[in-house]
Amino acid sequence: MVVKWSWIGLSLCTMGVGTFLSNRLTGEEKSVYLPGETSHGHYQIEAKCESCHTERNEVASDACLACHRQELEDADDSHPPSKFLDPRNASLIERLDARRCDTCHVEHRPMLTNAMGVTLPDDYCYYCHQDVGDERPSHVGLEHDSCQSAGCHNFHDNRGLNEDFLEQHMGEPTTLPRARLPLRVRATRSPLSAADVDVPVEVRAAAIVAEWERSAHARARVNCSGCHGEKPGVSPSATGDGPCIECHSKQSEGFRAGHHGMRVAVGLPAMRTEQARLKMTERSAGRELNCRSCHPAHEHDLERAAVDGCLECHADSHSLAYRGSPHDLARQAELEGRAPEGSGVACAACHLPRVAQQPGAPVLVAQHNQNDNLRPNEKMLRSVCVHCHGLGFAIDALADASLVRRNFRGRSARHVQSMDWVERRRKARATRSGDE
Amino acid sequence: MEHGCSGRKYGKVWMAMILAASCSAGSGCASGSGDAEPALKAKQVADMLHAVMEADRTAYTREVVNRLVKEQKVQMMDPQTKEAAPLRASEQWKSEHGTLPLPAQMFRMGAEAVAEKKAGFTYALLSKWPVNKQNKAKTEMEMQGLDRVATNAGKAPFYGVEKLGDQSYFTAVYADVAVAPACIDCHNGHKDSPRTDFKLGDVMGGVVIRLPLGGV
Repeated sequence: MVVKWSWIGLSLCTMGVGTFLSNRLTGEEKSVYLPGETSHGHYQIEAKCESCHTERNEVASDACLACHRQELEDADDSHPPSKFLDPRNASLIERLDARRCDTCHVEHRPMLTNAMGVTLPDDYCYYCHQDVGDERPSHVGLEHDSCQSAGCHNFHDNRGLNEDFLEQHMGEPTTLPRARLPLRVRATRSPLSAADVDVPVEVRAAAIVAEWERSAHARARVNCSGCHGEKPGVSPSATGDGPCIECHSKQSEGFRAGHHGMRVAVGLPAMRTEQARLKMTERSAGRELNCRSCHPAHEHDLERAAVDGCLECHADSHSLAYRGSPHDLARQAELEGRAPEGSGVACAACHLPRVAQQPGAPVLVAQHNQNDNLRPNEKMLRSVCVHCHGLGFAIDALADASLVRRNFRGRSARHVQSMDWVERRRKARATRSGDE
Repeated sequence: MEHGCSGRKYGKVWMAMILAASCSAGSGCASGSGDAEPALKAKQVADMLHAVMEADRTAYTREVVNRLVKEQKVQMMDPQTKEAAPLRASEQWKSEHGTLPLPAQMFRMGAEAVAEKKAGFTYALLSKWPVNKQNKAKTEMEMQGLDRVATNAGKAPFYGVEKLGDQSYFTAVYADVAVAPACIDCHNGHKDSPRTDFKLGDVMGGVVIRLPLGGV
């Protein structure tokens, strides 16, 4: 009898464990299968194992590039895998196989994971560039882990740090005489008005029509049917971001590439604030991230979206320090007409900057991937900071983590020497050519 | 183990080595051909590849960069200052408005695209006086080859066999000659150039082509 009950107990236990694991396998909660905590960059999509892993649980060779290829191309990657395919670089590959992303970025290794998800010790540049002092005497004796931690170099993106760029911006003042951010391109066609509304009278709401009339949609001649289609009484929100994406595909592309929309990009339900690892406001609990989180339907107030859209949810120290910061004061001055257009700096000005698709091309869209220039923060230099500040000042500011947390109240306590060294090299060249 | 010699004077030892080495499919060897065929094919294939590379490189340097920048002195409007600025070739062409890729960058983009295609061969533009230090000779064969084509004024290529990692390669080095004023002006004036007295017609470096031997 005891044996019989033991068998029944064992069977029930097995069924229970089986059901539990099966639910975990098919449901979104998969932590039981994770070999270690997922990094900040990927934790949102850890429930979608197949985003990175093959059926054999290997990491697919192009899994990283499926999401990061465009970003690396745009960054003019300093170490593209293609550079290391030449057999003459075989000796370099023996030291650090730069053909593979997972040489430096291994997932689920929280104890080894440093900034930018790097799982190598910080002196990885030294593996290949230990003779840098032969060409750059200024670099002799520098700490082996200081190349990328001192604010001078990045492994992938050096668009704002390369010597030519530094030299172009030599000697600039703290704030430029004409400190202006790129302006958005406004619709120039004659706007629609309440008289043009193309929905039946019985479903019109005066307040909504009034909101719409003030919006960029009316200015761009997008009528009610543009979003509501043939069913003007039905909210398009029921169908997700679809109506937005039809016209704003570039913005949507950026949104899905960043932390705000990466879950949607891999087929998971939209991100909710309680899932965030960053500190969020209590009042935002339960909010879901989609286009309307920052751009409520009809309202379309971009000024509100550019600050309140962020601060309604984000409660980290940098975000909380925005109100009253120098950037916020400049924005207030612009909004009150005391300063020229483009001189104010909203959250979105830095984190969703208006960037041209090509250098010198007109700015058509704001980059909606707020992670695009976030880490390492030197990526922000070229796309944002140099519109208003001297490059040397901006490099120093971004290098001071405490100043960043204070949202740039005060001055940087750090000084990055790269501009000094470039200046020294320039003077030495000038002296040499003078001698000749 | 590395062996090298000039194209016109390759001797019996080198021939024996190449003949012994079977060509990879990517080097264009015909299966079933005689023993002498593969070695000759490797050299011929390298020569043919270089002919295309040299022609394209010269055309871009002369007819695009030199013509637009030096001869026509094309002006571009700076989108920020709205002022005219001369068109130029720039190392930072990707992030600068109105600039052309440097001829060496154009060449490297092609080399990297070919490497990504796994086309069965690789090539690179190297120099004894490189602006970009990544383009200096690294292997013994590259050093020998660059020395040889520089001292023979580009009159003959250099061929050899070398082993990199676990793979043997038929390596050919061809002189890279200053074909236009744009070449010498840029190299003589560049802040990182170790040599600043180039003249038109000088050998400035070498194109290194590698064909894997004995299967990959």
